[in-house]
Amino acid sequence: MWLLNSSIGKKLIMSISGIFLILFLLFHMSMNVTAIFSEEAYNWICAFLGSNWYAVAGTLVLAAGVVIHILYSIMLTLQNRKARGNDRYAVNTRPKNVEWASQNMFVLGLVVIGFMVLHFAQFWYKMMFAELMGHHAVDLGGTMVSTTAGAEFIKYYFSQPLIAVLYLVWYVALWFHLTHGFWSAIQTIGWSNAIWLKRWQVISNILATVICLGFAFVTIVFFLKACL
Amino acid sequence: MDKNINITLKVWRQKGPKEKGAFETYQLKDISQGSSFLEMLDILNEQLVNDGKDPVVFDHDCREGICGMCSLYIDGHPHGPDSSITTCQLHMRKFNDGATITVEPWRSAGFPVVRDLMVDRYAYDKIIQAGGFVSVNTGGVPDANAIPIPKKDADLAMDAAACIGCGACAAACKNGSAMLFVSAKVSQLALLPQGRAEAARRAKAMVAKMDELGFGNCTNTRACEAECPKDVSISNIARLNREFVKAKLQD
Repeated sequence: MWLLNSSIGKKLIMSISGIFLILFLLFHMSMNVTAIFSEEAYNWICAFLGSNWYAVAGTLVLAAGVVIHILYSIMLTLQNRKARGNDRYAVNTRPKNVEWASQNMFVLGLVVIGFMVLHFAQFWYKMMFAELMGHHAVDLGGTMVSTTAGAEFIKYYFSQPLIAVLYLVWYVALWFHLTHGFWSAIQTIGWSNAIWLKRWQVISNILATVICLGFAFVTIVFFLKACL
Repeated sequence: MDKNINITLKVWRQKGPKEKGAFETYQLKDISQGSSFLEMLDILNEQLVNDGKDPVVFDHDCREGICGMCSLYIDGHPHGPDSSITTCQLHMRKFNDGATITVEPWRSAGFPVVRDLMVDRYAYDKIIQAGGFVSVNTGGVPDANAIPIPKKDADLAMDAAACIGCGACAAACKNGSAMLFVSAKVSQLALLPQGRAEAARRAKAMVAKMDELGFGNCTNTRACEAECPKDVSISNIARLNREFVKAKLQD
């Protein structure tokens, strides 16, 4: 099967799973921004995406996307290291036009996953997972909170300076990953040429900035709200 | 004005493909900045031979930037610090008096070192043999207006055909990927009506050979394009991806 065997096929899997995850990030970001305007609306979304069958099915599809993206990145990176050979250059330079992110996608990906684990432990595990286990309220810093009261979770975690800063670091890593990831995915699919390459790079930067600023906005607003 | 400079050279010396290599340091005095980089290496070799030592082995042929034989990874750049030229077109005026210049062979699993700075680039020939040609008998020279070709396509094909197959793309790539080379060779033919007929078979065969020879997977860092002596664009890589996916979907 060419999709699984050839280098371009494997990269196509990387790009399509990557674009799928970007679409999810866009959704997740829009959902979070809701919390700033109406905590009630946000909680309603959290209830809607709780342990209902369609939300669980959606989560499984999403998890599959994440797993495929990670597995293929490991596979491709190992192949690439082998293709590079055992002897390394003594002098290394990064030519102009070569983005730093483009040469560090795997490391940036590792940082993103690392924070994702933290995020899952703080939110998903105590929300959807707790609900699936049959609990309707979880202990959050001494008080019992409903598993669908997403706004309470946001307020609790983002009031802590260390956690807020960690999340901001996460968004920065994600920003670098996305600025290269999006146009690179389009290039791998083949929807690019000399003119569109520049356009896709600009769109990539805008997309990454919108997503990361959206997330950062929510984090900062709730941190400031807790301070005041 | 060009003047004479003194330089220190750090050159990779390796007796054979299986031997362990190491850097050797050489001092060169009164090198004219008007000489080319390869002429400077000729002076070094003369000095080594006069001292009874083995000269440094390096590839070179036409010395006018069209044959694709010269290589050398100089101070962190394939074909040296200047842009859009091959090593043979690099001049010593790009270096300052007292400079230390590090010269390494291409490093990529696809290009094993033969000796010193010379690497085995047959892998690229094998990729061409897999499909980088038009297999119909073309006969005599046709009239220029017999097959109309849009100027834009002719230009793009010519830009892709500028690739001399030197291997700088794979040497510059952190993934050891040969995609820029393969994409240029696929593009130069896919863009023209004569090559179009076999475009699907060619893209599949050349990519399969490239993978088989152990070249890496492109991650679009653009290092190849930045270091290419012929400024081959990565828009060719997008075209190759397109051709390959299209060909596979048609099967």
